Amino acid sequence: MAEEEETELSDDQKKGIAKWFLVNAPAGEIQYVSKDLKLVLNDDVYNEAASEAFPVYNKSHLISLKMPGGFGDVLVTSYGELQDNEYLDPKTAQVAIVDHVKQACTKVRPATDEELPSAYVEEYRCALEAEILKYVAEAYPKGSCSVYCTNGKDVEEPGSDFDLVVVIAAARLSPQNFCNGSWRTIWNIEFKDDIQKLELNGKLLVGAHYFEEGNVQLDTKHECRDSTIFQSPDDTAISVANLIRRHETAYMASLEESYFKLSDNTFKELRRKLPITRTLFPWRNTRQFSLKREISEELGIGK
Amino acid sequence: MEAAMGLMRRMPPRHSETALSALLSLLPHNSSDLLSQVDLPLQVLSDDDSGKRFILCEYNRDADSYRSPWSNKYHPRLEDAPYPSSKLRQLEIEANDIFTVYCDQYYEGGISSVYMWEDDNEGFVACFLVKKDGSKTGQGRRGYLEEGTWDAIHVIEVGPEEETTRYCLTSTVMLSLTTDDVSSGTFSLSGSIRRQMNMNLPVADGHLCNMGKMIEEMEGKLRNSLDQVYFGKTREMVCTLRPPSEVLPMRLPDS
Repeated sequence: MAEEEETELSDDQKKGIAKWFLVNAPAGEIQYVSKDLKLVLNDDVYNEAASEAFPVYNKSHLISLKMPGGFGDVLVTSYGELQDNEYLDPKTAQVAIVDHVKQACTKVRPATDEELPSAYVEEYRCALEAEILKYVAEAYPKGSCSVYCTNGKDVEEPGSDFDLVVVIAAARLSPQNFCNGSWRTIWNIEFKDDIQKLELNGKLLVGAHYFEEGNVQLDTKHECRDSTIFQSPDDTAISVANLIRRHETAYMASLEESYFKLSDNTFKELRRKLPITRTLFPWRNTRQFSLKREISEELGIGK
Repeated sequence: MEAAMGLMRRMPPRHSETALSALLSLLPHNSSDLLSQVDLPLQVLSDDDSGKRFILCEYNRDADSYRSPWSNKYHPRLEDAPYPSSKLRQLEIEANDIFTVYCDQYYEGGISSVYMWEDDNEGFVACFLVKKDGSKTGQGRRGYLEEGTWDAIHVIEVGPEEETTRYCLTSTVMLSLTTDDVSSGTFSLSGSIRRQMNMNLPVADGHLCNMGKMIEEMEGKLRNSLDQVYFGKTREMVCTLRPPSEVLPMRLPDS
């Protein structure tokens, strides 16, 4: 199984492997992975892999980048993606030009009218953004959020459907303490005009990596739905933000619950803290009876 | 090699097999180093003679065959393969019997195997292996886990036999566990850690007793640090990202 044939891989295969490593890097660790990969690959293969993998990683990890010119931070997400390296920041109506591999925002330009939603949709988006900003500031010590219109941005008046997406991302990178983590939630909200209802679909993802003399990773995923009625922009915003707050708070509680059950229930399925007999294994006595059968009898665990 | 180990340290532990095979194909010249330094989830084979299953590792392998600790035969059959001396084989048989009982008590199931072989400096080396599938479709007693594996590898180098003999233990535990339910989705932890322990113990107590106690102590330590330290750190991280809700209502009166 070990020493197989040493056929040299094609550059395409190497690139595929490099992309796999980059995309699977834990939150905040792609630059470290890329540093290691550079040492084992030639520049052309590495550069090609990086140019393809970084955009995928940056968007799936919802990374937050500082825009020049005092515009604050922009989230890199597929919902705000206009072109390859251009990401809309709906809050400031700016478009950030992003260097994916450097994970930096190099330039900004004002968004054009075509890139922004209609005044009607914008009223809903903007009201929701204000509520979500309040909630995120309260619940996440280092959170970022954006509210995008992903469908029907040109709807001018009541009568048609449109979709908003709320993205919340919080990352904590503490490599000096061997620990990184990220919290990502994505809420898709369908504004259904005909039934005067809003349907919410949430996806919550949490990851954490602790790697001091080891490698332990947490990885969670939860999806949930809810709905509310179509109201004025302000009222809609308040009820949507409340639903999101309620679901995310409940989810945090369920994560705590999972951790709480870990030590005494879940982990026990793999290995008990103490033997069934609740005393340490009697190694000293095993010499007298070397046969398993006899030990079993002695301990009263019949087969 | 350092870069390769760096990559292994960052990739999700549940993907360690994919990561290793990727590295092996990128760095064919380092394959023996990689295989000796990276531990992977253990594989199992069935021993036709005894009807029992045994664990595969580098220490019971010759060419493409693996020696079963139960029948002492290679699977598939192999001519001129190495065997431990008959004295050491006796100890190996005893160790396998006792370790099976040990595993029953701590793991409530699972598969174990012990292998021994002579080393170059008049001592010997023993390798104790445990594999447990704790999922509800496997040997999980309580049905909590959608998926759950524990693999433990203990390699003990035993020095030349003197009044007090030196034992050097290197242990690795790899585990992954996933719970899944409608209200909270999937919750999954995976990881691997490796530790060493050296002791000088009176040989009068017997090698099995000495090795067994060291393994038991080490497994307890590893389980405890995974539980308290490693899982605890990931929990701390989650709570830093989004402090639990009990903290929030207290702020409300102020605002």
